[in-house]
Amino acid sequence: MACFLVSATEAVVVTAIEKGMGTKAAKDSEAADDAAFKVPIRSKLKWLSSMLWGGSVLLAFEHVWHGEVVPWFPFLTAMNDPGDTSEMLHEMATVGVAMAVLITLVWVGMCLTADAIAKRTGGKMQKNTKA
Amino acid sequence: MTLLITVFAAVTATILWYNRKDDSMRLGTLCFLYWGASIMWLVDAIFEYVELQAEYFTPALEDIINDSFLGLSVVALGLVIWLVRLLIADPKGSVRRALKKNA
Repeated sequence: MACFLVSATEAVVVTAIEKGMGTKAAKDSEAADDAAFKVPIRSKLKWLSSMLWGGSVLLAFEHVWHGEVVPWFPFLTAMNDPGDTSEMLHEMATVGVAMAVLITLVWVGMCLTADAIAKRTGGKMQKNTKA
Repeated sequence: MTLLITVFAAVTATILWYNRKDDSMRLGTLCFLYWGASIMWLVDAIFEYVELQAEYFTPALEDIINDSFLGLSVVALGLVIWLVRLLIADPKGSVRRALKKNA
């Protein structure tokens, strides 16, 4: 009904954090990460926000397709009836939260894997530099 | 069907991204777009399966057609979003060159 709103909210928060990190702080962090062969945290946050935005937009389209989201106030058809509203809130609390949690877990896995790959590549590069 | 079509789109985009020569096509955007949607639809499918059990795997023909049509529309929308972002970012400078030529 409106499960995508939970991920969209998380996307707004993650994007704000990513933008709030600032260019200078991000550059300093990237330089430090380059030295330690790590993926910069700002890039990692961009992965998460891209997945959340992408998923939210495409799911919002699905809701428009099914007539659950309309281009006029209150935009969500479930808001017209109190019974539907409580069902919508329940769906957001269960399906919506599960979607946001799974995307975040996948992202954590991606970050750990990327760091492991960067470490492996970094180790190889250091060996080649020494040799 | 929507989940299946989106997963195929995500896998195809990821294979294209892996075989890319440079980042000028911004294929990463397309990968994240489709994977994000796939994960979200997977959760939706799990909840639906819990509710419907085995019936989930035997949908009506009309539902299959509608879901397939939706899946293809989602893939098309994803491609349009990616293309608009690519043209705005213009990493190869093609749009700028075309605009300069016309000016």
